[in-house]
Amino acid sequence: MKIHEYQGKEVLRQFGVPTPRGQACFSVDEAVGAARQLGGGVWVVKAQIHAGGRGKGGGVKVAKSLDEVRNAAQRILGMQLVTHQTGKEGQLVRRLLVEEGAAIAKEFYVGMVIDRARQCVALLASSEGGMEIEEVAARTPEKIHKVWIDPATGLRDAEADAVARAIGIPDAALSQARSVLNGLYRAFVEKDAMLAEINPLVLTANAQLLALDAKFNFDGNALYRHPEIVAYRDLDEEDPAEIEASKFDLSYISLDGDIGCLVNGAGLAMATMDIIKLYGGSPANFLDVGGGASKEKVTEAFKLMLRNSKLKAILVNIFGGIMKCDVIAEGVVAAAREVHLSVPLVVRLAGTNVELGKKILVESGLPIISGNDMADAAQKVVAAAQGSH
Amino acid sequence: MSILIDKNTRVMTQGMTGKVGQFHTVACKAYANGANCFVAGVNPKKAGEQFEGIPVYASVRDAKAATGATVSVIYVPPAGAAAAIDEAVEADLDLVICITEGIPVHDMLRTRYKMQGRKTLLIGPNCPGLITPDEIKIGIMPGHIHRKGRIGVVSRSGTLTYEAVGQLTALGLGQSSCVGIGGDPINGLKHLDVMRLFNDDPETDAVIMVGEIGGSDEEECARWIKDNMKKPVVGFIAGITAPPGKRMGHAGAIISGGQGGAEAKLAVMEECGIHVTRNPAEMGRVMQKLLKG
Repeated sequence: MKIHEYQGKEVLRQFGVPTPRGQACFSVDEAVGAARQLGGGVWVVKAQIHAGGRGKGGGVKVAKSLDEVRNAAQRILGMQLVTHQTGKEGQLVRRLLVEEGAAIAKEFYVGMVIDRARQCVALLASSEGGMEIEEVAARTPEKIHKVWIDPATGLRDAEADAVARAIGIPDAALSQARSVLNGLYRAFVEKDAMLAEINPLVLTANAQLLALDAKFNFDGNALYRHPEIVAYRDLDEEDPAEIEASKFDLSYISLDGDIGCLVNGAGLAMATMDIIKLYGGSPANFLDVGGGASKEKVTEAFKLMLRNSKLKAILVNIFGGIMKCDVIAEGVVAAAREVHLSVPLVVRLAGTNVELGKKILVESGLPIISGNDMADAAQKVVAAAQGSH
Repeated sequence: MSILIDKNTRVMTQGMTGKVGQFHTVACKAYANGANCFVAGVNPKKAGEQFEGIPVYASVRDAKAATGATVSVIYVPPAGAAAAIDEAVEADLDLVICITEGIPVHDMLRTRYKMQGRKTLLIGPNCPGLITPDEIKIGIMPGHIHRKGRIGVVSRSGTLTYEAVGQLTALGLGQSSCVGIGGDPINGLKHLDVMRLFNDDPETDAVIMVGEIGGSDEEECARWIKDNMKKPVVGFIAGITAPPGKRMGHAGAIISGGQGGAEAKLAVMEECGIHVTRNPAEMGRVMQKLLKG
């Protein structure tokens, strides 16, 4: 689960990581009021959306007077901010962060990730603050310093000092760096994060380390023990179809194509998308109905797919193991009736009670196209979507 | 022979008395030699009771001492599942299979750390389990689609594994053992570990390896195969069409920071001599062709 920058900074401050003073704002007047309250002569007005690359997209402005704050807030709030992570349509800006400006002497990158191969938490640090770490990794991998953290000891002072020196943090700021890195590590572990980044971490003109940005991604499986993180959830930043799907315990991801897929199991669901593409079609979604595809779940899944106006056909691909094919067939038939299915439906059933399942589909009288195996079903649904069926 | 488990394996079930545990314990007990294999359940609150004639013990240690079971299967809900693995590891079981989906990643990091230097092997979590056809099934896969034979199957997925097995069985190609290693980012045995076992198993002639986007386990396994594997391997990777940065159902199925994409995995596998197919409906046929030479 992702959160906004201003929320991430709240988390960082709880773990002793200093950030600029700032305030989240939902209107232009609020933004001007916040700037007045913060005082000083320079402010930064920052769009709050979950995607990165906000600066390049025009979502971050420096203001040197309250009028400039007002102008910046007017321009950013309500804009459709396009970044390399939002897609072409961009993301509507509904929240701002107004912060006091910082005189930046140097910028760094520090982040925590889970290293899958080594099965531990890794600290990444780089002198190339402000650049995306993926870009640094691709262009100048030697500038990324990595520390694999022993969970028994946490980040040791010697490790923190070494990595801080390696990325060019001056000796006078080493004790601050220790505190920042330890705070970031503790936030990462104690809040069950999958990713935590401060990019950039800046050294100010008066030798203070400050987190100028904060990016967190939390483990959805651990949210049950973090109500304080769940409270940060912003549904406006999520795909409405994916939110709807999560209510019914369906795993759904919207894609660009026109063939809806309803599959049991994540691996088979991906393979179904792949085989549609292989036969010249384009999948409209990833949809895993999980282990128990009841009539209710299948109905909701159909409704979800049908919300997509581009949808031209649906492929149901079920390998019945524990789930019996006849039960699924009944669910599919009932759901197709209930939603008055308006696009061609191809169903491929395999596994337990497959013959019984096929019989139910045939006897339903619905125009369901039966697929004999995955390849046959994929070819049929691609043909149906192209209208040449 | 087979890998990891056979008809003589003795199994305890942690979380046997829950709804999911009960359902699958009945199915596992009914499969092949299951009635002799599944000898104990563990639940501290129900010690002394029985389920389907299987005695329940207070702890893994008690169950091991009383029955000699050396393998455990876990259906405990996510919040307690890592602790259940820890208990089995502390009792020095040979093998733990954790079916549970949805365990927090940091719990698994702590559990894997505690497992360092211990003898216990872990399969999963978030996996269907493993089966040696006609001998024993430990997990949630449908037993009847399998057929005894000489092809090994290793996969990160559940139903996609059944798809591969179904194709093999339909072509008359039986399986030696099928292992679902699970879809989580932090797990026990990897493709590579299972591949080594298949390589050393005299009753396995060839292996189907099913991977998916995320991480680099398939690449590591492929490089090992290039230098060490004596048997042909057929490979498939799910998620060629998956967009980057999105978790595709499985917690571990995500392309992040340009890493873990399907095409890159397939390229490495191809380079290393694995017979890859981009068509998930062709896994069985590619294997059949290969064996006919």
